[in-house]
This record gives sequence, C-alpha cells and structure tokens, in this order.
Amino acid sequence: MNEMNENPLDLLPEVLLAASAVLGLLLGSWLPRARQWLVGLLAAVACAAGIVAASVAAAQPATTAFGEAFAVDPVTSTSRVVVLGGTLLVLGISFRPLRGDARESEFYVLVQLAALGALMMAGTQDLLLFAAAYLLASIPAYTLAGFRKDGPGTEAALKYYVAGALLGVLMLAGITVLYATGRATGYPMLGDAFRDAPGALLAVGAIGLLSGVLFKAGGVPAHFWVPDAVQGSSPPVAALLTSIPKIGALAALFRLGDVVFADSTLPWPALVAVLAAASMTLGNLGAFFQQDVKRLLAYSTISQVGYLLMPVAVAGRADLAQQALLYYLAAYTVTNLGAFAVVCALPRADSLDDYRGLAKERPLLATSLVVCLLGLVGTPPTAVFLGKLEVFGAAFDGGYAWLAVVAAVNTVASLFYYLRWIVPTVSGSGSESLADGDRAARVVAYVAAAVSLGLGIGGGPVLDVLTGPITH
Amino acid sequence: MLTALVFAPTAVALLLFALPRRTTSSVFRIIWVAVSAVELALVVAIWAGYEAGGGMQYEERARWIPGAGVGYHVGVDGLSLPLLALSCLLFLACALYSLRERRRVREFAALFLFLETTCLGLFAALDLILFFVFFDLSIVAMYFVIAGWGHRQAARAALKFFLYTFVGSLALLLGFIGLYLAASPHTFDMVELTRQNPLAGRSVYGGLVLLAVAVGLAVKTPTVPFHTWLPPAHVEAPAAGSAILAGVLLKMGTYGFLRIAMPMLSDAWRRYALVLVVVGVVSVLHGALVALAQTDFKRMVAYTSVNHMGYIVLALGAAAATADSSEQARSLAVTGAVTQMVSHGLLTGALFLLAGVLYERGRTYDMGAYSGLAATAPAFAAMTGVAAFASLGLPGFSGFIAEFQIFTGSLGPRPVATALSVLGILLTAGLFLRALRQVFTGPLRLPDAPGTPRVFPDIRAHETLAVVPLLVLAVVLGVAPRFLLDVIEPASRSVLELLAR
Repeated sequence: MNEMNENPLDLLPEVLLAASAVLGLLLGSWLPRARQWLVGLLAAVACAAGIVAASVAAAQPATTAFGEAFAVDPVTSTSRVVVLGGTLLVLGISFRPLRGDARESEFYVLVQLAALGALMMAGTQDLLLFAAAYLLASIPAYTLAGFRKDGPGTEAALKYYVAGALLGVLMLAGITVLYATGRATGYPMLGDAFRDAPGALLAVGAIGLLSGVLFKAGGVPAHFWVPDAVQGSSPPVAALLTSIPKIGALAALFRLGDVVFADSTLPWPALVAVLAAASMTLGNLGAFFQQDVKRLLAYSTISQVGYLLMPVAVAGRADLAQQALLYYLAAYTVTNLGAFAVVCALPRADSLDDYRGLAKERPLLATSLVVCLLGLVGTPPTAVFLGKLEVFGAAFDGGYAWLAVVAAVNTVASLFYYLRWIVPTVSGSGSESLADGDRAARVVAYVAAAVSLGLGIGGGPVLDVLTGPITH
Repeated sequence: MLTALVFAPTAVALLLFALPRRTTSSVFRIIWVAVSAVELALVVAIWAGYEAGGGMQYEERARWIPGAGVGYHVGVDGLSLPLLALSCLLFLACALYSLRERRRVREFAALFLFLETTCLGLFAALDLILFFVFFDLSIVAMYFVIAGWGHRQAARAALKFFLYTFVGSLALLLGFIGLYLAASPHTFDMVELTRQNPLAGRSVYGGLVLLAVAVGLAVKTPTVPFHTWLPPAHVEAPAAGSAILAGVLLKMGTYGFLRIAMPMLSDAWRRYALVLVVVGVVSVLHGALVALAQTDFKRMVAYTSVNHMGYIVLALGAAAATADSSEQARSLAVTGAVTQMVSHGLLTGALFLLAGVLYERGRTYDMGAYSGLAATAPAFAAMTGVAAFASLGLPGFSGFIAEFQIFTGSLGPRPVATALSVLGILLTAGLFLRALRQVFTGPLRLPDAPGTPRVFPDIRAHETLAVVPLLVLAVVLGVAPRFLLDVIEPASRSVLELLAR
C-alpha cells in the first residue's frame, strides 16, 4: 500500500459544495426573507466552481485520495461534472417557485447536500465510505420529497423514506457480509479476495449491497417508490430525484462491477443484465397509459435505468462499457432535466391533455419538449442516441447481444408513450393551462434541449475524454 | 459541394422561422420553390461534373465522433446520383404543387425543406451512422407531415407509420453495430467496411447481421409482410407528402440493399438470396392483387408501390445467383433495379399528385363516385392516363426500360420466379385500365357529398408545372435512357464484383 494521501484539494469539488452548504445554512439564518435567493446564487457559484475544479482534476492522471478510499479517475470526474451541471439546472428551475418561500435557503442547502452525497457515491472506493455516502445522498432527498408539506408530498416523502430505510438496512447487512467474506472494505483488496470466495456468502452480500444501490438508482426491483415520490413532490424536486442520485449510484455500481465483482465467483454480469432487462421492460409497461406527465416521466426514468445498467453489466468485458455509461449518464441527465424543465415552466399543466396546442402558444418551448422527448427515445442526432449507440455496442461487445435486442425492442415500446405526449403538444389549439409560466424554467428548458442536441452532434471530443483508465 | 446540397434546405428552413410572424405566406412559398429550384440546379451541376465510371466522386470527409468510429463522409457514385437527382426533382414538384396550400405554410415549407435534407443526406452518406441519422430524421419529419397536414385518420396512420419504420430502423441499427464490431479497427465508414468485408466466412454472425439489416430495410421498402403501414400512411398523407413518401422515402430501403447489404454482407447475401427472390415475387403478386381489389384511387396506387418495389427486390435477389448465369445478365438486373427506383419515383410521384388533384376537387378518392371526367377535365385525364400507362410498363416509358431489364436479367438465374412476377404486369395493366375507364369515361358524375363543389375544374397551372416535368422525364427515359444507364451501369458492375468476392 502506498503512503496515505490526505490532500483535501483532491476533493475540491466536494469540499466546495459542502462549504457552500454550511455557509448557506448560516447565511440563511441571518438574511431577510427577500434576500434568501443569495443562498441559491451561492450554491450556483459553488457548482460552477466545482465544475471548473473537476475539469482541472480530470486533466491530471488518475489518483486516489485518503488511503485509496476515494478515486479521482474519469468515472469520478465525469460524474462530478454531470452531477454539478445537473444541480445547476435544478437550481435554475427551482429559482422561481421558491422565491420568497419561508424555507428558501433550506431548500438550496438540501439540494447541495443531496448532490454531495451523489458525488461521494460516484467516487468512493470503500464500502464504509459508500454507506456514508448513501445516507448523505438519501436523507436530504427524503426531506425534499416532502418539502411542500401537502398531502401528496407527505405521502411521497413517507414512501420514499420507508423504502430507503428498509433497503438501506439491507445494504448495510450486505456490506457486513461482504466485509466478513473479503476481510476488507477497500475495493481493490475486495476484488482480490473475491476471486475465490465462497459463492453463497458472496451472493448474499452482493444482493444486499445491490438493493441499496438500485434504490438510489430507481431500478427494478427497488423502483416502487419512484412513481409516487416523483408525482407527489414538487416538479423541481422530482427533477432532482430522477437524475442526480442516479448518477452517483450508477457510477458506483460500475466501479463495483469493474473492480470488485468482475473476476469473482459470482455471475455478476448475468445478474446485472437481467436487472437491466427487467428495469427497462417494467418501466416501459408502467409508462404506457399514464396521464400525469410527472408520473410518465417517473416510469420513463425507471426504463432509462435499464439502459444505463447495460454497460454496467459488461463492465470490464467490453472496451466501450465505461465511455458508454458515462456518456449515456450525461446525455440522460441533461435530456431528462430538460423535460422536467418544461413541466416546471407550465405549472398548471399536469396531464398530457393540458399540453394540447403548446406548439401554437409557445413554439420554442414545444420544440424543446419534442427534442427532449425524442431524445429520451434515442432519435438522432440527440445525445441519448449516441449514448444508446455506445450502450448497444458495449452490450454486443461484452457478449450480451440478447440484451441489446431487448433494449431495441424496448426503445420502440417507449416511443409509444413519448408520442402520446408529443401528439397533443404539436396539434390542436392552446388551452388556458398553458397561459402563464415560469421564465427561468423556460430558459433552462431551451438550454437543456440545446445541450442535448449539441452533445449529440459534437459528441466526438466528449467521448474521447471518457476513455481514461479506471483506478484498480 | 455535396455538403451544401444536403444542408442548404435545412439552413433555409431555419431562416423561415427567423422571418417576422406577420410575413405573408406567399413569401414562404416563393422561398420554398426558389430553394428547391436551386437544389435541382445544384444536382444538375453535380451530374454535369460527374465522370461516369469514375467510382466515388465529390467525396468529403470530416472528423465527427472518432471516439465511436463515426465520421462525416459523403460522396456520390452511379447508385446515388440518380436518386439524388430524383429527390431534388420531386421536391421541386411538391413545392410547386403546394403553391395553393393554405394551412400553416411556414411550418409546411420548413418541414419539407428539412425532409429534403434528410433524403439527400441519406443518399449521399458514406457512413453508416450518418445514413442512420438521416434515415431516422426522415421518419420524424414525415410523421409530422402526415400528422399535421393529413386527412381525417391522419394521426393514427402517422403513428402506425412511425412505429413500424422506427422498429425497422432499430433493427437496422443493431445490424450496423454488428458490422461495426466485426470490423477491425472498429468503424462505421461504408467505404472502409466494403473494402474489409469483415463478415466474410462467418456464416452465423453474417446471417444475423444480414437479418437485422434486411428487416430494417424491408420495412422501409416495404415488402410483404412488412407493408401494412404503407396504405394508411399514403392515403392519409397530404398529396405532396404521399409523393415524397412513395417517390423518395421508399427508395431508401432498396438503396440500402444495394449500398449496404449487398457489398458489405456479400457472403450472407449470396447464401440467403433465394429468400429475397421469394419475398420479391410475393410482394409483386400480393401488391398487384390487393391493388386490384381497391375502390379507393389513392390506396390502389399505394398498393402498386408494393408491387413495383417487389420487382426491385426480385432483381437484387436474382443478381446474387452466381452459378449458371452470365455476368452481363446479372448486371442488367441490378441496373434495372436502379432504373426502376428512378422510374417509380417519377411515376408514383406524379400519380399521387394527380390523386391530390382529384381529392381537392371532389373531396374523396373513391373511384365509384366519379365518372366521365375526361369530358370536363381533358388535360387532367390525359396526364393521369399517361402516368398510368407509364406505370404499368408500356414501351416508350421509363417503366418499360426498368422492367425489361429486370426481367431479362433475372430470367436466367431465376426462371420460375421471374415468370411468376411477369403476371404482375398483367394485373397492374388490368387495374389501371379499369380505374381509367371508371373515372374518366362514361356519363359525367361527380361526388355528391355536402360541401363539395359542383364543377370539376381542369388542372391548374401550378399543378401542371408540378406534374408535367415528371411525365416528360419518364418519356425521355423511356425513349433515350442512355444518359441514365451510362451512369448506373459501371456502379452496378462494381456492386456485382463486390458481391462475387
């Protein structure tokens, strides 16, 4: 083992976020209510600075910090940029609805803490740190789900919390078993130890661990909280719940697959592949006949986790796996947040029918929505298309051609419900629920749609950045 | 030059939205027609500078997404040049035809210009992903054309069209990924893949990839049994949309067979060519028989498309039989297939535009509702007659040249299949003659629904401008086809060389 590296600057993006959260909490107690937006501004500045810091760190060779507990490699760097960028978009869409709210600064602080948890999950290389990151990512999110203190919000928070607590305990039990099996908590050492560990013990531990990670990712079978939590919470929170924690969870899962379980006695790739297939299929089936746009997006996010799990399944077996996952994560995050931004921009439109005639009332917003929804389908030249191309390629390459076929069939199925939203949007004349709106969210929607298109057309340089070696 | 040809329409489409909201719609129409005319001029210039038999020309390459093996690579050869020219001509015809369009003209024009980019881009693409991007975008654009400007059942028909062709496109994508992974180094570049022929000698892998690619293209073509999306899409689409759908979009499938499946999967293509021959014959006969049973003029024309595309699939399948047939015969079949693509584009485009004229006057496509129109609308009757006779393959028209080549080329390698599909000509002759007799001869009768005009005015100037050039070109190709064949023949020979590896 090399000497302990405890340079806190290696964690600069995380440190910035934590510092800004604490500072925001203090500021929030002193600032008058009309000035609380300063806390949001501070959070945005911290995110922007974090992105810069992460980009600088990404240019350097991969390293580890704090005794190999935290890896700074392409997976971490990309997750940092995506999480922080996504948080910026979330801050953008929550700016208007929370303006002047009694708990405005608390909201921003909680958002930052949830993002910090996701960042820690993405970078951790140690099961104990992973457990801590899981809690850090979860608890602020529970609170945010019930932030509105109304009926649906309380229900959402309760369901989310109960599921999270249950699966979190399972995860801790799994971590304990894995610790007992491998006599270590650091990933590299566990990876060595699991090469000839007893299969049954390993399976119990891995399944426990998976339950927690899948809960954060919102994948089958730990997905049942997603529709209610997303529908019940306010749109900005729903946007956050369906994107930010996922990034951390899937990056963590990729790391686990690549470093810890790749050579183990466990049939890890097959297990993840089955979960991927189940997740995309059940998510799609659930989304088919939804009328509420938030609920539709909630089921759509479950199915998207399925596609995201495909490169995780072939981690370490296909050259494309890492860049496929990271690129798809970025593409999905921006596209999904774009769709949610449109939802936020039209606070009075809840059901698909309320969107009738949007193209006539607000052509630019309708275009953004169509770009984002077709993007979620994976129509070229949006970013998710390139992501899907990579993901399918990775699955083929890793020997999971059947999974790629299942994913293609699912893509077609998903087209159906996204079209159910697109059709009223582009046809008919406007209804009154489209009348007023939130300008900040509109701008976020335009930006997200533009980024989604730009990332799709100019994806070359981005993909090149994502190919560096992961820390082992 | 090629890049300008491909992307200019979209650039102008974006400009249309930059114009102020209060611009009168005639401005949009004029811009639309002008851009389409410029595009046609550009493609004529490209044709003039094209050296027959010189292989791939006007190539342009740029780095696009090297991390995924994707590059921007376009070029033209004898297979794509006729189709590029056909697309430009048809888009101009549609722009002229739509001079009377009143509903949301700005969006309509922008959508058609965008559609033109996707069609031209597809025929110029030399990278599989670029091909796929244009393939998918053409579906999206056509979906909005049908859903936004179609007839009553348009939303359903558009959805069906979208779902079917999108399924096909995903099968195609899986096939492309299969090709990509087989090549070393991994690449999506068509020229490189054709040179490498990465799946030679790998029968199972090659067969699966061919299956995926062939299903994708067969849906688009469409052949039996994947043709069920076509009739509703054609019937419900606006006239200009149908003309593009039949004239250009269907060619994407058959073009894909020639450009991708035959040269890149030559082993598997030779092995499974018989399947294509059978599919081709079934499409020919099924399309013709079902068309014979239609009373709806537009639906009838739609089914004849299945029939005509069947000839192409037959020819491409027959060309793969290397044993006991001369090189020349097979080359004739492939050349005939390309000629048929051009000829079908011209004639079906014209027929759909004429169907639009019929609908605009009488508000129905039902042939039983009309009778004796030749008396009040002689010019319209003459044009429809010419288009119908040309379409059934009468000598002197482009359809004859194409079908003659296909049959002559296919008869040697596949005598039974060819003999069966000649029956298709007989059937189409019958159904077109019956339709002409019913609509144009006899005592004058017009549909008598509420809201329909009581007179049937003859064809108008802008409609004439749109239809007549297509028919004239069909006659020119029928009488003096050398200028087209000189371009196609070297390319079809090189496809056969690649196939014989």
